Amino acid sequence: MPTQVEAQITGSVWKIEKAVGEEVAEGEVLIILESMKMEIPVEAPCAGRIAEIRVQEGASVEEGAVLVVLE
Amino acid sequence: MFRRVLVANRGEIARRVIRACHALGIEAVAVYSEADADAPHVREADAAFAIGPAPARDSYLRSEALLRALADSGADAVHPGYGFLSENAAFAAAVAEAGACFVGPPPAAIRAMGDKATARRWMEQAGVPVTPGTSVVADVAAAERAAAEIGYPVMIKASAGGGGIGMVPCEDEAALRRGFESAGARARAAFGDGSLYLERLVHGARHVEVQIAADRAGAAVHLFERECSVQRRHQKVIEEAPSPAAGAALREALGAAGVRAARAIGYHNVGTLEFLLAPDGAWYFMEMNTRLQVEHPVTEWTTGVDLVQLQLRLAAGEPLPFEQRELTQRGHAIELRVYAEDPARNFLPSPGTLTKLVWPSGEDVRVDAGVEQGSRVTPFYDPLLAKIVVRGPTRERAIERALAAVDATVVEGLKTNLPLHRRVLCDPEFRRGDLSIHYLARLLERAGEP
Repeated sequence: MPTQVEAQITGSVWKIEKAVGEEVAEGEVLIILESMKMEIPVEAPCAGRIAEIRVQEGASVEEGAVLVVLE
Repeated sequence: MFRRVLVANRGEIARRVIRACHALGIEAVAVYSEADADAPHVREADAAFAIGPAPARDSYLRSEALLRALADSGADAVHPGYGFLSENAAFAAAVAEAGACFVGPPPAAIRAMGDKATARRWMEQAGVPVTPGTSVVADVAAAERAAAEIGYPVMIKASAGGGGIGMVPCEDEAALRRGFESAGARARAAFGDGSLYLERLVHGARHVEVQIAADRAGAAVHLFERECSVQRRHQKVIEEAPSPAAGAALREALGAAGVRAARAIGYHNVGTLEFLLAPDGAWYFMEMNTRLQVEHPVTEWTTGVDLVQLQLRLAAGEPLPFEQRELTQRGHAIELRVYAEDPARNFLPSPGTLTKLVWPSGEDVRVDAGVEQGSRVTPFYDPLLAKIVVRGPTRERAIERALAAVDATVVEGLKTNLPLHRRVLCDPEFRRGDLSIHYLARLLERAGEP
């Protein structure tokens, strides 16, 4: 079952650490968001393969926006 | 005196500078990014210029945009505030080349103090104590040799650094070996310069700093100390003046060191020397900030000196309006930095719209805010919403007033660190003045226990 990984905060996408197709372990950093001069890592909530990355570096995201889909 | 000053900043400090300009009969020109078009500082200025898109690197950090606003506005001076371009020597020089006055020290002094390893050498020459440490170390082998000489624990620091970036504490040689490469990589990424140096790590130290002011003729004074030990991740949270740790002798010694340093580097305008005060009473120079500090109001409220007006007067070439013996520190002032961050979610930033905003008021309360009710707090800039400053005849009374001020404040629409301020102000250790730069981390650990 696919898992949607959401932005926990409104900000911008600073770095995308993984690529589509990569296998990741639970707790691995997928994306780093930037908000109010702080770097906020977005971690994989579970192990899986990255099926989809829905944002690009530099993009603005709202809290709750889906960033990555794991399967 | 200047006719028109370009205020190259945003938020509370832009408003603070605009107020000082108007008090001196000077016109103030604001700049704003696309995110700040409706900000209070834009309305309060006499004119305003758009300087680019929301991200700071495309607007407030872009020298060309500010220099164009300077030319278009016909301003004869630039006040940089703090942060952004305030400690950028190239920008200060470019302002002068454009025929305007940079409200701050000469570019050479900014450059000398901006490189932390160079600053240490200057201070040593001025007879100001620095922590046992090195100049820039070439590689990990040189670092190991130097650390063995200084004695562990040591701190790896970035020479071009600031804000705690690239700092790695090392308890032993193994940790030094592990930390050296990553500290260099982080420093290169953040500052474009991977140079590192080492300092002995002073355990249990307090952060105490000294405000100085100097004129273009070379006269210099200090305006006493501030205690800024209450920090989280190298960000100050609460500042006060005087320091509960400073007696008359230490105050005098720190102040004299500040004045010596200012003279040694040919400084003019206002500046701050930051010191570590060790539990054994020894003190060491940490760094110098060649600009106005965020926490300048606690000095203003204990000395009666308006530091921003003083900056403008000194930049315009006026002499210092007082001598050292005319300056006194009276009463006690405390500043609470109100950040848009959520203490319940590990201090995650909390952007949003301020649906309701009520600040405390009264004779002994001052609020320097960058926002008002209805303001949209965006994720593009630092999370400082406002500074609540209180004063009292004693530290105890000031703490009581700070608590009352926190309780009178209403912020709705986003989360703030006000609950943390409440907890600190009620904490017996804080009330005893028993502080170190690790105080807040320990308080939060304690609070996290079941």
